[in-house]
Amino acid sequence: MTKRDWLERRYAKTPERPVRFSTISDMQVEPLYTQDDLPADAIDRIGLPGEFPYTRGVHPGMYRARLWTMRQFAGFGTAEDTNARFHFLLKQGQTGLSTAFDMPTLMGYDADHPRARGEVGREGVAVSTLDDARLLFQGIDLSQVTTSMTVNCTASVLLAMYFAVADEHGVPWTKLGGTIQNDMLKEFIAQKEWISPPVPSMRIVVDMIAFCAQHAPRWHPVSISGYHIREAGSTAVQELAFTLADGLAYVQASIDRGLAVDDFAPRLSFFFNLHNDFLEEIAKLRAARRLWATYMRDRFGAKDPRSLTLRTHAQTAGASLTAQQPLNNVVRVAVQALAGVLGGVQSLHTNSLDETLALPSEQAVMVALRTQQIIAEESGVTNVVDPLGGSWAIEALTDRMEREARAYIDRIDELGGMIRAIELGYPQKEISEAAWVYQQQVDRGEKTVVGMNRYQVPEERPLDLLRVPLELEGKQSDRVRRAKRERNAVAAREALARVREAASSDENLMPPLVAAVKAMCTVGEISDVYREVFGQYRDPAWL
Amino acid sequence: MSTRPLRILVAKPGLDGHDRGAKIIARALRDAGFEVIYTGLHQTPEMIAEAAVQEDVDAVGLSILSGAHMTLFPAVLDELRARGGGDIPVFGGGIIPDDDRPALLAAGVAQIFTPGATTPDIIDWVRASLRPRTI
Repeated sequence: MTKRDWLERRYAKTPERPVRFSTISDMQVEPLYTQDDLPADAIDRIGLPGEFPYTRGVHPGMYRARLWTMRQFAGFGTAEDTNARFHFLLKQGQTGLSTAFDMPTLMGYDADHPRARGEVGREGVAVSTLDDARLLFQGIDLSQVTTSMTVNCTASVLLAMYFAVADEHGVPWTKLGGTIQNDMLKEFIAQKEWISPPVPSMRIVVDMIAFCAQHAPRWHPVSISGYHIREAGSTAVQELAFTLADGLAYVQASIDRGLAVDDFAPRLSFFFNLHNDFLEEIAKLRAARRLWATYMRDRFGAKDPRSLTLRTHAQTAGASLTAQQPLNNVVRVAVQALAGVLGGVQSLHTNSLDETLALPSEQAVMVALRTQQIIAEESGVTNVVDPLGGSWAIEALTDRMEREARAYIDRIDELGGMIRAIELGYPQKEISEAAWVYQQQVDRGEKTVVGMNRYQVPEERPLDLLRVPLELEGKQSDRVRRAKRERNAVAAREALARVREAASSDENLMPPLVAAVKAMCTVGEISDVYREVFGQYRDPAWL
Repeated sequence: MSTRPLRILVAKPGLDGHDRGAKIIARALRDAGFEVIYTGLHQTPEMIAEAAVQEDVDAVGLSILSGAHMTLFPAVLDELRARGGGDIPVFGGGIIPDDDRPALLAAGVAQIFTPGATTPDIIDWVRASLRPRTI
C-alpha cells in the first residue's frame, strides 16, 4: 500500500481530534511520513556522520567520542559574585564557562554612568575596567577551560580584556579556547543591543575575525546566533534562515577584506535555540548543518572540512518558560535539551526553572545542569550516533526546513544581502509578525501553554528567587571611579587616542584596544570613541 | 466629555533590547481602537516623560524586562511630575516578581501585569480604568 492509498483508504476513516496539527511555528505536519516523502537522492543528502553534507553530525563518533560541553551561562552582581558562581559550576562537573554581562557593560556604559542607573549587575556581571575582568577570572586556568562571553557591540573591548588577563596569567593567546558572541547582525535583527550602525559594526566584527585568525587561532571570534531571533518571536524556519544569512554575510565581508575562506571559516561557530517542538527542533539543526556545508562549498569554494561543518552551541528557550507552576519548566527544559542532543549540538546550556522571574538561584542552576548529566549518562541516547537519522518524519521535516530557509535566504540575497535587508527592516518585521501571530494563538487558546492558558491552578507557592542587592550599584560605581582616579592619566589618554586613530582609519582595532584596556581605559570610554567616530544607531521603532 | 480614542504612549525604558512584549501590546492596543505611540528601545525616564507630555497622552505603558523596574517606574513618575504630567497614569509589565507589585502600586503605578497576562487582560483593564484626560 502506498502512503496515498493508506491515507485515502485507512486514515480517512479515523476521526482526528479537533485541533490544528502544526508545530509551535505553525508549520502544518502530515499524519504520517513514509519513504514516499523522501526524494530519490535522499540517501546522499542524509549521508553519514562526519561526512558531507553533515546532516547526521559533524563528527564521525559524535557523543561516543566526546560528550557535548555543558556550559551554563552565568553572571550577576560584581565580578567576585560571578567568579564564585563559576567556581561552583566547575566543581559541579560543568566543563566550560559562559559569561553573562550586565546591560551597561553590553551597551557600552560604565557602572557610574547615569544611563546605568538601576541596571548594574542585574542581568549579568558588571565589568567596566580590567580590574573587574581580573577578578572575574581569578583562580581559573585559562589554558585549560574554554570560556564563552556573551557580548556584542562591546565585544572588541571585552576580548581585549580577556587577552590582557591571559597575559597576566602567562597564558599565550594561541592557547586560549573559547567564543565571543560578537554577532552584530542579529543584534539589529533581534537582540537590539548596539552602539553604532550596521556598516561600522560589521567592520569591527571583521577586525576581530582577522585578528583572531592570526593571533588566537583557537578562539571563535563570532558565534552566529539564532537564539535571540527565536526569543524575539520568530518561527523555527526564520531562526534557521536569518542565522545562516548572517553567517553568509560575515563570510562575504571577511573575504571582501582579503582573507582566504579556509583561514577563518573553521573558527566560525553557531548558537541555536531549542524550543518546545521536539521534531521541528531536531529537523532545524540537521537542516542547518546541511545548508551551511552546501553554501560554504558552492558559494565560497571552502575546502577545509572545518569550514564546511556547522558546529553549534544551543540553549533551551527562555521564552518557553512559564511563571505559572514553575516546576513544570524542568520538564520543558529536559524535552528541549533532548532535542538538542538528538540534533547533534556541540555545547549546551539548559535554562533554570526560575528564569521567567529572576536570574537563577544556585539550586535551580544545579537542576538544570543535572538535566544534561541525566541525558548524557542515564538516558542511553548518547550510545548511538544520530539515532533518529533515517526516520521518515525527521528526514522529511529536515528537507522542508531546508527548502523554506533557502527561500528566505534567496529573498535576502535579492534585497542585496543581510545588511541591506536589516536597513529595510525585512527580518525585523517578519519576526514581529510571527510573534504577533503566536501571541494571538495563545490568547485564543489555539496553542496550549500548560499552566498558563490551560490547567491553571488558583494559588501558587512562590519560589525563593535570587535577589541582586541594589547597594551593589554604588559599590561598583565607586570601583570604576577609583580605577579612573588611580590610573596613569596621561597613558590612558594616549591609549584612547590610539583607539580613535585606528577607528578613523583602516587599521585593525584589536592591538590598540589591548593596549587601552591595559592602560585602564574603561568600557564606557572606548564605547564613547565608537559613538564619536562611527555614530550612534537608534531604534527605528517599527511596529 | 470627548469621545476621542485614548492616546497611549507605549515606552521601553532601560538598556535591554527585549521589545517583543512592548510591540505586541502596542499593536494589540492599536487594533483595539486606541491611539498608540511607541517610543522604541533604550529610552531614559526623562525621554519618556518628555514624550508623554509633548504628545499629551492619556496614559503611559512601560515594558521592563531588565530587573530595573524598582528604579525605572519611580523615575518615570518623578519625571512626569517634574513636567506637570503627574496626573498621567503609568501602568506596565514585564519580568516583575509578585513580591515587588505592592511597592510599585504604593509608589503610584496604576497597574502591573506580570508574566502570563494576556493581551485581552490588558485591553480590558485599559478600557475599564483609563479615561481621556481633560486639559
